[in-house]
Amino acid sequence: MTDYQSLLTIKETVVALFYLISAVFFILGIRNLAKPKTAARGNTLGATGMLIAFLTAFLDFGVIIDVENEVIRSQFQYWYILLFAIAGGSIVGLWAALGVKMTGMPQMVAIFNGFGGGASLLVAGVFYLFAMIEGTGVLPLQVLIATAISGLIGAVTFSGSLIAYGKLQGVGFVPDKPVGFTGDLLLKMFLLLLLLFFGVLMILNPAATEWYWIIVFGGFLLGILLVIGIGGADMPVVISLLNSYSGLAAAATGFVLGNIVLIIAGALVGASGLILTAVMCRAMNRSLVNVLFGGFGGTPAKDSGEDIYEGRITSTTAEEVAMVLESAQRVAIVPGYGMAVARAATPVRLLTEALEKNDIEVVFGIHPVAGRMPGHMNVLLAEEHIPYDKLLDLDSINPTFPQTDVVIVLGANDVVNPKARDKESAISGMPILDVDKAKTVVVIKRSLSPGFAGIPNPLFAMDNTLMLFGDGKKATEEILKEYKEL
Amino acid sequence: MTIIYLITIFTMAVFLGFELITKVPATLHTPLMSGSNAISGITIVGAVGILLTGLSVGEAGVLPLILAALALFFATVNVVGGFVVSNRMLRKFRGKKQ
Repeated sequence: MTDYQSLLTIKETVVALFYLISAVFFILGIRNLAKPKTAARGNTLGATGMLIAFLTAFLDFGVIIDVENEVIRSQFQYWYILLFAIAGGSIVGLWAALGVKMTGMPQMVAIFNGFGGGASLLVAGVFYLFAMIEGTGVLPLQVLIATAISGLIGAVTFSGSLIAYGKLQGVGFVPDKPVGFTGDLLLKMFLLLLLLFFGVLMILNPAATEWYWIIVFGGFLLGILLVIGIGGADMPVVISLLNSYSGLAAAATGFVLGNIVLIIAGALVGASGLILTAVMCRAMNRSLVNVLFGGFGGTPAKDSGEDIYEGRITSTTAEEVAMVLESAQRVAIVPGYGMAVARAATPVRLLTEALEKNDIEVVFGIHPVAGRMPGHMNVLLAEEHIPYDKLLDLDSINPTFPQTDVVIVLGANDVVNPKARDKESAISGMPILDVDKAKTVVVIKRSLSPGFAGIPNPLFAMDNTLMLFGDGKKATEEILKEYKEL
Repeated sequence: MTIIYLITIFTMAVFLGFELITKVPATLHTPLMSGSNAISGITIVGAVGILLTGLSVGEAGVLPLILAALALFFATVNVVGGFVVSNRMLRKFRGKKQ
């Protein structure tokens, strides 16, 4: 005689243990991802945890121990759909991950975020639908609440990420500039409150499943409204926040299913995304509320800076820059989003190598919000195999600018704007790279147009600043050519 | 499982998350984000679950099945794509030490 009740207990214990093991792998994975030496291992640990959780799900849901009828049966009712979805997802995931260029990384991360949110809202929704159709009709209150939350956060993550993707990828109909209109803050607040109200309606009347999809639809709208108002340079904040949301949506789905691995993994990701968001906000000296609801991106530049620039701009040539570089001992390169747009990372590396060959010390000053996602510049320079000990953050590089002979600012603007030190300016208090303290500053830029903050940059008009107007890639290549000919 | 038990686990995990990543060098911001994003694809477990235990088409109609399949598809893209893209980035980081 087999004791089916104990078999069931054993199965449930084994399942719980395996889920716990995969949660431990996630914890170790994230811990290792946070250190340069162990980051690659951290990613592998995370992937291993995922594989364990995935396989455990088949034992959990696929093997049924029927105590009443004393049988063990497997349940793979829709195995063909399962196979199809997994194969399709793997192919698309691999194709996207292997095909993306490093310059396209921000939008890739954005869209993966969205897929995570979308999956969470669908899982919670279908679970809810099944429970209602099955006729049991009663779900515990906490499950209903979690379902509504999962639907809302998942929907905001999904549509918000798609808009972020559109902005970063430059999809035609999605404006890169922030879209704002009077009362959009009120509209967002109203929509959020309305959706919470719908959530209450859904919980009070669970049989009316359409409320769930209304919440999801409203969540899509809210996500669009939240991200459409965000301009380019605020993207790092939004991507980090959406990253956090995708975790929270997964955790909420965990509450729906009563599954601890979803809760733990989701909470970890939610927390890590929030920390990144805070780091990004601090790097701009702005609060999250300020970034999300208005802020400086919305107002068009009123001050073209003509009074600051008038007669004080020193335009230069690649040849002159090459000569300045020749007599330098220490050179700092400060890249910004412009380097990514111009795809200038390769000539930058070639120039670095040429300078180092002549025993000139070259370092890179990386601002935390340079680019369109956290760590954007680091990824681009890593692709060129520039050692990461040459990539200095604000605290390490700022004290060294007075001893630096030449700073090359390539496609960066607001992060080197001395105006941040003024109390009155729009970027007041934002930590900047103190490039103006170097002996000579070379700014490679297309024009004098203002950066994202929409304010003129007095750095361009300083006596020790040389402006090299032109495309970042071409200008760097010309400097390199001239330098080699000297 | 009681709700208090689940809320306890959630709260502990959030604090654990904060502790684990208070100081991350900027170099790792992107890989950390894409790696942790892949972890949020853990909903794949739920998607597999609802497809395995799902109702027969007759009772529920086809729609829930389509949605469940879509969920599994999304989660798989998230997981596979996220881990592979992070690995690609981190391999480049490692390569430059030499």
